[in-house]
Amino acid sequence: MIEVSQLHKSFGQQQVLCGVNLKIDRGESVVIIGGSGCGKSVLLRHIIGLVQPDEGDVKIDGQSIADLSERELIKVRRKFGMLFQSSALFDSLTVEENVGFLLDREQTMSPEAIRETVADALELVDLGGTQGKKPAELSGGMKKRVGLARAIVYKPEIILYDEPTTGLDPVVADSIDQLVIKMRDQLKCTTIVVTHDTRSMRRVGNRVMLLHHGEIHANGTPDEIFNSTDPIVHKFVNGIADPKDLEF
Amino acid sequence: MGRSADNPLKNAFASLGRVTVLFLDTMHSIFAKRFRVHDLVEQLHFIGVKSQSVVLLTGAFTGMVMCAQFYIQFHKVKMDSAVMSVVSVAMARELGAVLTSLMIAGRVGAAMAAQLATMKVTEQIDALRTLATSPVDYLVAPRLLAMLISLPLLTAEAIAISMVSGMVVAVYLLGLDPVFLLNNMVFYTGSVDIWMGLIKAFIFAGIIATVACHKGMHCGQGAEGVGKATTEAVVAASICILVSNFFVTLILNKLLIYQE
Repeated sequence: MIEVSQLHKSFGQQQVLCGVNLKIDRGESVVIIGGSGCGKSVLLRHIIGLVQPDEGDVKIDGQSIADLSERELIKVRRKFGMLFQSSALFDSLTVEENVGFLLDREQTMSPEAIRETVADALELVDLGGTQGKKPAELSGGMKKRVGLARAIVYKPEIILYDEPTTGLDPVVADSIDQLVIKMRDQLKCTTIVVTHDTRSMRRVGNRVMLLHHGEIHANGTPDEIFNSTDPIVHKFVNGIADPKDLEF
Repeated sequence: MGRSADNPLKNAFASLGRVTVLFLDTMHSIFAKRFRVHDLVEQLHFIGVKSQSVVLLTGAFTGMVMCAQFYIQFHKVKMDSAVMSVVSVAMARELGAVLTSLMIAGRVGAAMAAQLATMKVTEQIDALRTLATSPVDYLVAPRLLAMLISLPLLTAEAIAISMVSGMVVAVYLLGLDPVFLLNNMVFYTGSVDIWMGLIKAFIFAGIIATVACHKGMHCGQGAEGVGKATTEAVVAASICILVSNFFVTLILNKLLIYQE
C-alpha cells in the first residue's frame, strides 16, 4: 500500500505541493490528473523516492521512505517500475541492454535466461526483433514501449507512468493505453498514471485524483469525476479555459 | 534556495561539501567492488588509450621548449651539460604531472561532465535510480578508478617522452655532448623526483574525476545546463589542480625531500 501524508514541496519560492494526502491500495489503478506544472510528476517522484519532501511522509507497505538514504532507497525502489515522460532510455545501450539492465546488474539469472526474459517483455509490448537497435533508431511511440518493457521486465509490484501518452498521436496514444491496461491485468500490479489526457484517464483508471494548487482536490471513479459539478473538476475534464487565462 | 544562490561563499562551501561526500561515497563503492570490470575497462580505454596523442605531444614539446630555453641561460655560465638534468627534474617533480593533468581535465573531464549532464537532463540518471542502481556505482566509481590508474601512467609517459625529446634537441639541434647530458641527468634525477610527480598525478586524478562527475550530475536544465556544467568542470578542476599543487608540493617536500 502507498500512503502519502501532508506532503509539502517547494522549489525556490514556488510552492508545488501543499499538503498532499492520498492512499493507494495494492492492485489499484489510480490516475492522477491536473494541469501542466501543477506538480503531478513531482508527486510521482516523491512516491518512488527520487525527490525528498520538505515536509510530510511517504510510506510504501508501511515503511517510511522520506528519510531513507540513497542506498537504503535502492531496496525500496526494487518494488517499482517507472515509465518516464521522455522514456529515458540509456542512449549508449541497445534495446536489449536497456530492457535487461536491472536483470544484468543483479546477476541472478544466466545471460541466456536474461535474453529470453527480455525477448518475452519486448513481445508483450509488440516490439519483438528490435533487440539490437539503439534508442536513436526508434520512434517516440517505440521508445515508450521499450521504456515500458524495461519497467515491467522484472515484474515490479508497483508501476508508475509519467505522462505515458504525451507527445504521441492519438492512435499510438491509444496503443500505449491498451498496453497499460494489459500490464495491469497481466501482472496484477498497482498502477499509478500521471496524465493530463482525460481520454487516457477514462480508459486506464479505476480511481481518479485531481491535483489542484498542490492538493488533491477531487478523488473518485472516472464517472464520478466526469460527472462532477465542482467547477474546477468540471472545467478540467471538459477542457474549459478560465476567462482570465484567455487574456493575452 | 534563493538566498543561498546569492551567497557565493556559502555556495562554494556547499559545493565543496557535496564533492567531498561524492568522493567518499565513490571510494566506498570502489572498495566494496560495486562497479563492473567491463565499465572500468571501457573507461581505462577512453582515458588511457585515447589520450595518448595529447599526452605525447604535450610531453614532447614541453621537453623540447624547456631544453631550448634552459640552454640559452646555462650557456652564459658555461653549464651546458646541466641542461637536461634541470629539464628532467622540472618535468618529474612539477610540469609532467601538472601539464598532463590540465590536458586530461580538458579532454576527459569535459567529456565526463558533458556525458553525465546529458544523462541528467534526459532523465537517464533518474531512470538508473528507479532501476535500483546507484549512479555512483554505475557511473562515478569506474570513472574515478580508471582516472586514478591512468593519470599517473600518462604522467610517467609524459615525463619520459619529455626527457627523450629534450635530449634530441640538445644533441642534434644544439650540438651538446650526449654522454655528459645523460650522465648529469641520471645523477641529478632521483627516484624521489619521479615519485613526487606520480603522487601528484594520483591526487589530481581524484580531483578531475570527482569534480567532473559532480558538475555533470548536478547540472542545470537543458542544453544551457550541459554547456555550463562542462565549462565549470574544466575550469574548477584546472583551478583545483593549480591551487592544490602548491600545498601538495609543500607537503611532499617535507615528507620526501627534507627527510633525505
